[in-house]
Amino acid sequence: MNEGPGANQRGIRIDLLSIADMVEPRSRVLDVGCGDGALLDYLARFKQVDGRGLEISQAGVNACVAQGLSVIQGDADADLKDYPANAFDYVILSQTLQATRRPRQVLTDLLRIGRRAIVSFPNFGYWRVRLDLLLGGRMPMTGTLDQPWYETPNIHLCTIEDFLDLSRDLGIAIERRIAIDGKGRSRQGGRPLDNLLAEQALFLLRKNG
Amino acid sequence: MAEAGSIHGHGEARVQGALVAALGRERALRLESGVELGPFTIAYQTYGRLDAERRNAILICHALTGDQHVASRHPVTGKPGWWESMVGPGRVIDTERYFVICANVLGGCMGSSGPTEIDPASGKPYGLAFPVVTIADMVNAQALLLDHIGIPDLFCVIGGSMGGMQVLQWAASYPDRVFAAIPIACAARHSAQNIAFHEVGRQAIMADPEWRNGDYLSFGTNPRSGLAVARMAAHITYLSETALHRKFGRNLQNRERITFGFEADFQVESYLRHQGSTFVERFDANSYLYITRAMDYFDLAAEHGGVLAKAFSGTRTRFCVVSFTSDWLFPTRESREVVHALNAAAANVSFVEIESDKGHDAFLLDEPEMFKILRGFLEGSAEHRGLRR
Repeated sequence: MNEGPGANQRGIRIDLLSIADMVEPRSRVLDVGCGDGALLDYLARFKQVDGRGLEISQAGVNACVAQGLSVIQGDADADLKDYPANAFDYVILSQTLQATRRPRQVLTDLLRIGRRAIVSFPNFGYWRVRLDLLLGGRMPMTGTLDQPWYETPNIHLCTIEDFLDLSRDLGIAIERRIAIDGKGRSRQGGRPLDNLLAEQALFLLRKNG
Repeated sequence: MAEAGSIHGHGEARVQGALVAALGRERALRLESGVELGPFTIAYQTYGRLDAERRNAILICHALTGDQHVASRHPVTGKPGWWESMVGPGRVIDTERYFVICANVLGGCMGSSGPTEIDPASGKPYGLAFPVVTIADMVNAQALLLDHIGIPDLFCVIGGSMGGMQVLQWAASYPDRVFAAIPIACAARHSAQNIAFHEVGRQAIMADPEWRNGDYLSFGTNPRSGLAVARMAAHITYLSETALHRKFGRNLQNRERITFGFEADFQVESYLRHQGSTFVERFDANSYLYITRAMDYFDLAAEHGGVLAKAFSGTRTRFCVVSFTSDWLFPTRESREVVHALNAAAANVSFVEIESDKGHDAFLLDEPEMFKILRGFLEGSAEHRGLRR
């Protein structure tokens, strides 16, 4: 998980707070790529969720378990297949989709395991990204895309429009969407200029039908 | 320990400072082999105080050559308890907060029924007449012990190696009696390689002429050298090449040069011989056969149609699975299989692999990372169970 824009007064990053707001109290949640467990800890404290985490770095896992969170080492590509269908109310994938090997399969798995999925990712259609490439002629670097091309784990970057196309293909319904701009301000998504103005996008998804 | 005395019912006796429960008197324990065992005894130790609601009990399951003296001086060797770094006042398993129980396994030789104990039917030591027991039998006996003590369900079951196997069996057999489970450095089944190592140990014992077909107690002999060799071979599997090299390298033992003979020229040889010879002072050869066999037979998936996840279906137990990077006896891969099965059962599971070069025995040693993680896990679990601080 990237560090992203700063933490807010409630102690967690603004994008995580937006995610937390989508989660019903006392639900069952799997956080894929839970990092240091900040979101899980928040959800447990303020929403009384039954939370689990999956985290690729062993150091992150150990830190989570040491603070009483239920977390295992693993990653979205390899380990989602073990979970049974509808095991969770929500499966969260925060700022990680673009770093998976098979995003299409991962999205399918998220909505198999969870009744709903909450997915956030950096929007490659963001105007600064476009401008960086257009004028600078080099791979863009922004607040959410903060590593040079040779260091970044991101291998499947997409724009909001790309994501909407894939969701349609997979029969995924979008229940809510939030656009977060470069200053970390979030607003209701779905407006025409989101793909240009949003640095990050956040979706609450469920299977169609 | 003394505090626990008040809650114990009848049928208690203190042997070598340990508590011994007489079980299976009204109804025998039906072993996996089909044999009915009863009456039988389980020797155990307790530490700390059981709270009024009887909800703060932690059962510690010992490994192959461990026993109930987890946090108190060993009556035979005089050494400190085998897990005093983990268990005690203010420790991770805090005896000021939790009521800790550790029982000698069925088939053991520290007071629980096993081949060294007297067979009530013949009035002689059981020897090989003792029925072969399994991990599930050990756990069923422990469950009867809890009934006897008056503990409806456990806050936590924890153990490493064979102790971890018992933890998994507990969670599978008595899901409603286990709130939290911590299987450490173990697997859901014994691998071919591990069975092979055990077979080497058993053959060493049985090849010792003093073993007398297992009847050595009647003959007044003792297969010491066989058991010592078994221990030496096994001990290597508990370490890692790195740890052995760091500790001994090719250093010579109290000599300047090699002797062109078969004395213990190398420190590592001397060390292993010492391990072997001290072990036979406190352990029984037949017990070693029985307990290694119990581990070999362990295959938790087998009784669930080969699907490990089914052993845990519907479980509400909170799991924390722990492995060590340099453990080649129970490698991380095998812990991960347990984790996958628990995930498939939608269980509440944490899994940590701890960086250590000390091999399988790391779980018994001073591993600050393990302590920190288990402290956090127990703390979180205690909060969920509503245990008072």
